[in-house]
Amino acid sequence: MCLIALVLSTAAVAAVDPLPFKDRAEELRFQNLTKQLRCLVCQNESLNDSSAPLAADLRRDVFEQMRTGKSDDDIKAWLTARYSDFVLYDPPLRGATWLLWFGPLLVLAAGAAAVALTVRRRADKARGSTPAARPASDLEDDW
Amino acid sequence: MNARLLPLAGFALLLALLGFGVWWSQYKNPQEVPSPLIGKPAPAFSLPVLGDPQRLVTDKDLAGQPYLLNVFASWCFACRDEHPILKGLGPSLGVKVVGLNYKDEPADAQRWLAQFGDPYDLVIADLPGRVAIDFGVTGAPETFLVDAQGIIRYKYISPITPEIIAKELRPRIAAMKGAAR
Repeated sequence: MCLIALVLSTAAVAAVDPLPFKDRAEELRFQNLTKQLRCLVCQNESLNDSSAPLAADLRRDVFEQMRTGKSDDDIKAWLTARYSDFVLYDPPLRGATWLLWFGPLLVLAAGAAAVALTVRRRADKARGSTPAARPASDLEDDW
Repeated sequence: MNARLLPLAGFALLLALLGFGVWWSQYKNPQEVPSPLIGKPAPAFSLPVLGDPQRLVTDKDLAGQPYLLNVFASWCFACRDEHPILKGLGPSLGVKVVGLNYKDEPADAQRWLAQFGDPYDLVIADLPGRVAIDFGVTGAPETFLVDAQGIIRYKYISPITPEIIAKELRPRIAAMKGAAR
């Protein structure tokens, strides 16, 4: 009796993870999709890597939905409806994520503007005065 | 302005940003998964009652009055910390407290409740964890407040505290009761 229960329970576990892929293409699609999804428990791991029980459940769900013919986008929408954009490693571009996507570019542009301004100011100063006429105590630009 | 002070000003700005981050972290945990389900209908479900697998409870059975849904499990350490607070709630909260036993062996859950006491009006069991995923549960304990129309009004991740009950739950429950009257 105990043995039967044990065999049944291991069969049930095996049915969850590893998953019975029908071919290599399906497995690759599954790997590719779950690598783009974040585990909600171990948040620095993808759904593909994580050994958290919730990640195993979500892998099971993703696999089942692939089998029912849902597209990757459908599956991502299903997940974000429950766990918000948090579950995606690649956040979608929209109003609330605008700063996240373009913030670094803005900082870069600000830096470029600062450099251009400094260079132009120094060039103007150099044109306006010969090296000899330049005041010796021009500490402003030493750094 | 003396241009020499510019790097210092830049450093001060970064320092201020760091200070803001540290200060902000006491109000907002960046690891907390925000729930897109607040303000939306609770997912449909049909789950067996813990200890009575023949009896199924659906979301329709719970509709009509607000309820608190508390996700717990016997394997969950933090649930043990939370447990006395739930037990202390009693009828003073004014809503049904439903336990969602999450990915737990029924025998373990029953033993846990027998050992520490049962603070729930009803306990439903989600062994495969599918309904929990529909609720956007990331772990235990988590607590949802659902109104009489079946809309999720509030969610709290991690053990509930007396402060959360006083500041977040009671005012919302009072508002629901007021609206119903």
